[in-house]
Formats: sequence, C-alpha cells, structure tokens
Amino acid sequence: MDMTVAKKKLGLKERYAVMTRGLDWTPSYQKMEDIYPYIAYEGIKIHDWDKWEDPFRLTMDAYWKYQAEKERKLYSVLDAYTQNNGHLNVTDARYLNTVKLFLSGISPLEYVAHRGFAHAGRQFPGPGPRVACLMQSVDEIRHAQTQVHAVSNYNKYYNGMHDFHHAHDRVWFLSVPKSFFDDAITAGPFEFMVSIGFSFEYVLTNLLFVPFVSGAAYNGDMAAMTFGFSAQSDEARHMTLGLEVIKFILEQDPDNVPIVQRWIDKWTWRGYRVLTLVAMMMDYMLPKRTMSWKESWEIYFEENGGALFKDLARYGITMPKCAEHIALEKDHLSHQAWSTFYNYGAASNFHTWMPDEDEMAWLSSKYPNSFDKHYRPRYEFWREQAAKGNRFYNKTLPMLCQTCQIPMIFTEPGDPTKICYREVDYKNEKYHFCSDHCKEIFEHEPEKYVQAWLPVHQIYQGNCFPEGTDPTVEGFDPLAAVLKYYHLEHGRDNLDFEGSEDQKNFAEWRGQATKNV
Amino acid sequence: MAVAAVTKYEFAPADTQDKFHGAQLLYIGWEDHLLFCAPFAFPFPPTMRFGDIIAGVLPGAFGYHPDFAKIDWSQTYWFKSGKPWTPDFDKSLAENGLKHKDVIRFHTPGLHGIKGSCS
Repeated sequence: MDMTVAKKKLGLKERYAVMTRGLDWTPSYQKMEDIYPYIAYEGIKIHDWDKWEDPFRLTMDAYWKYQAEKERKLYSVLDAYTQNNGHLNVTDARYLNTVKLFLSGISPLEYVAHRGFAHAGRQFPGPGPRVACLMQSVDEIRHAQTQVHAVSNYNKYYNGMHDFHHAHDRVWFLSVPKSFFDDAITAGPFEFMVSIGFSFEYVLTNLLFVPFVSGAAYNGDMAAMTFGFSAQSDEARHMTLGLEVIKFILEQDPDNVPIVQRWIDKWTWRGYRVLTLVAMMMDYMLPKRTMSWKESWEIYFEENGGALFKDLARYGITMPKCAEHIALEKDHLSHQAWSTFYNYGAASNFHTWMPDEDEMAWLSSKYPNSFDKHYRPRYEFWREQAAKGNRFYNKTLPMLCQTCQIPMIFTEPGDPTKICYREVDYKNEKYHFCSDHCKEIFEHEPEKYVQAWLPVHQIYQGNCFPEGTDPTVEGFDPLAAVLKYYHLEHGRDNLDFEGSEDQKNFAEWRGQATKNV
Repeated sequence: MAVAAVTKYEFAPADTQDKFHGAQLLYIGWEDHLLFCAPFAFPFPPTMRFGDIIAGVLPGAFGYHPDFAKIDWSQTYWFKSGKPWTPDFDKSLAENGLKHKDVIRFHTPGLHGIKGSCS
C-alpha cells in the first residue's frame, strides 16, 4: 500500500489554504439555498466566492496564539495602573465623563458587532469571508470585554458607570448609537458588511477610535490608551476586511454597484450622525484637547476619505452625497451637541459644564466662523445664570428625528439660526426628520423605521417608569421616575460637574496623593 | 420602496395616537431661540384649548429665556409644517385642525435671542 508522507510543516500559504478554504465542502443532500437562506434577497449577485482574497491570511490557530499574547500584556498594564491609583493621574476629573460616554455608548456596540459578524459569517457561502467574519466576531467580543475591564477600575471611584449596559438600552441619548447598530444587524448580511465593515470600520473608524484613544493618552488615561493600542492591530484587520468586502462585491457583478452605492450613502450618514457624540467629546469633554472636531473631519474624512472614493471611482462608486451637507455642519456640530447635553444635563449619566475662559478662547480660534457669533453669547448667558444659582436644566422633552433618533437640534444647511424640519406622511401617520438624508433613509424603508423606539415617545406612552409606578398620583414627578428606570441617582450621576461628588472626591484624593494633609 | 426581506415585512407603527392614553403629540418650536436646543414634544388632550397651552404650558417650557416675558402674543405669527398658519386661541387643538404629531412653531417679531444671536 502506498502511503503519502505529509511534510512536517506547511508554508504560510498552504497552511492558510488548508485551514480556511480546505474546511469548506459542497453539500450533496441539502440545497445551498436552504443552508444559506439570506444570501440572495438583498439583490447582491456573487458568481465566484473563491475570488475573495484575504490579505492577512490569518488562520484560527495563529489567531488564538497572537491574541492571547496581546491580552496578557494588556492585563498586566491594567493591573499596574490600578495598583498605582492611576485614575488620580488623569488631567482633570471632567475627563472621566469621556470614559462614561465611551462605556455606555460604544462598548455595548462592540458586543453587538460581535453578534453581527457571527451572523454575517454564518450566512456567507464562501469560506474566505466566513473565516474573516469569525475572527472579527471574536475580536469584537474581546474588545467589549477588555473595555469593560479597563473602565471597571474607574467605576470603583466615580459615578454614572455602575449599570452601563442597562443604561445603553434605556437612556434617551443612548438610543442613538443603539438604534444605529440595531439597524445594521437587522439588515441582510451584505448590507451589514457594507454598513459596519466598510462605512463604519473603514471610512469612519479614525474619527471614532483615534479621538478616544489619543484623548486618553493626552489626558493621562493609561487604561483606555493601552486598550486602544491592543485593539489597533485588530482594527487594521477590520479595515482591510471592510475594503475587501466592497471590492469583492463590486467586482462580482455590475448590478451590485447601485445597491452598494445606496448603502454607502445611507451608512456614511448614519455613522456620521452617531459621531455627533465624538465631536462634542473632542471639543468639550477632553480637558486637554488633541485636535478640534473640524480638523479631525478634514483630515480623516475630507482628505483620507476623498482619496478612498477616488480609488473606488473605477468601480463606479462616488463620494456619498451627504459629504457636502456634512462640510456645512463641521463648524457647528460639536457646539449644537454640547448645548443639547447642557440642556438635558439632569437626564444623562455623565456631568456637563460650561467651558472656562481659556477653553472659550480655544473654541474661538478653532471655529473662527461660528463660535463667537452663534455660541459664545449663549454660553456666557448660561455661565452668568449658573453663577447666580440659576443653572439651566431643560425639563421639557425634545422632539426627535425618526431615523437617527437625535433631538431635532440640527440647523438648516447653510443657516445656523434655523432648525431644520423635514416631515413625511406615511399611511396616515406623520414622521419627522432632522435632515433630507434621514428623511430619504426613512422613505426607502418606511416599514423598518416606523417601529423606532423613540425615548421621548416611549416616556409619554408610560413605558419608561419602574414597574408599579402610578403616573396618575398627585405630585407625580416624571423625571424622577425616568431616572429610576434608567438606574441613575439624581444629584449623583447627573447634573453639572461643578459641585458634583466626582469633582469633590477627585480633588480630595489627588490632594492626598500629592500633598501632606 | 419596500424593505428587502425574506418574507412579508409589515409592522404596526410604534407611536400611533391610541398608545398615548387619550393624548395626542404636538411639537412646538420657538424660532430664533436656540438656547432651547430643539423643538419640544408635548402630549395634550385634543380637547385642550390652544390658549391654555400658551398660558399654562409654554411658561414652564420656555420661561427661562429673558425674551419670553417680552412676547406679545397678538404679534406672534405661526407656522404649521413650515407653512403660515393662524391658530384660534379660544378653540381646542382639534378645532384648530391639529392632529397627532403635528409640528408648529412661532416667530416673535423683534425678539432674536441672547444679544440677537438667535440663541
């Protein structure tokens, strides 16, 4: 009997072939469409799955080894940071509100991304994208875990982080990132890959992760910074996957081009609206700024994104049409967002404040065309009132956009003095939008967005009070009941930074660490 | 357009009037006063007199602004869904033709926010 003797070790290329493509087989007693039921309905045509190229050629066994090593390093840095009371080395206790925003707004999305990539990977008939999705799925759950671990140290000392996941599913502004991702994971596998894999991970990720990670570094937050570096090699792989997905789909069939273009238009806008939170974080919440939101948009989207879309022009893909609108908003976005959180500072899980004189000067210099004219008078008024003990807390609930779920805070393109109102009548019901783009997204799939869980409407329907609450009793305080439902403690987790427990504790503990008391 | 779906895709809208315990939603915005970051959403009974909103509800919502006390309500002009509209203060929301989730806004001549900044 002849026996073939296997070579002791396989080369990288052979190893990749055996451990990814070699794991696939052609079914003989089940139909392909029964095994992959979601692959055709979006209208995307794929003729040859083997054309998929994986630029990393990473196999699962190497993946585990590599990630375990990174995780060991990350946790040893986190331990050292904790043991040395690293939290007292951040620039200013206001910085911690960035951490709260990240933990309640972004970390839960990592977990949903994990689920999304697991689902998309399961649905793809090609072994190449299936393995790539599997790895990204595991990356995302690791990122959720490591972020929670990195931030849990802060939770021992500061308020507002204690029930971040509960908050993510309930708190009014967190419905913005939550509904964004829910929209993506309830789309088909191809749209999911274009929305998260390409538009979010490739086009917009530098506007999300770079500001948080460099913000952490600038402000002495070693824990978040170390997490950021640990995730960076994964992010590089995710970006490559996102780009490969787009190129692969576009090369497979010319009929795919208009579908993909529509998804890129939609998801660039949806992602950008979520980045409103990042814009205000960069311009207001980092005591030590890295760069302004406007500068960051110009570098990472207008320059880098511009080059990318030039590159994609050969497939017939053009720059998303919302880019022109966004360019008009870049002088206003962060100020309008921070004003909103200052308005509703009694209902959020982090503290807000008015910028001091130096910070106002920084804002004037970074936004010479808008800050002094449109925002400084408002802020000076608020500051004067706060000094007189009349700090503004808006207690009336705002009107929301049906698509992005952000309060209707955005102004008409080109006129920063007028709120932008758009509306649609659909099946005898009115729907309102913050912009033409959110309106068009609705009009394309109204059945999807009529189901939106809009926090303001849910509160008025009586769905956001703790169980057993009777809103009809005399003296019923809806805000107090809603905060209980959010698991937030009034006077501790919310309100202005000035006078907060965080502010007092940080000053006292840092004093103990640096002075002889 | 319909949602691309593997099967029939039809769901009831989440915010129909029957879910608001007898109230209907009305959105109200004050032009040139962006100190209030967005228009407000209110649940009101359709039988509520329009003037009672002006006298009883708006002071709580907009009263923080120094311009609010200066408003001459006989001089304000109104828009409904962006088009000029004239409310009758003595009539109810329903009699004024206001339906669930209608949006109205008012313009107050001569009042343009903090230091004229539309804030």
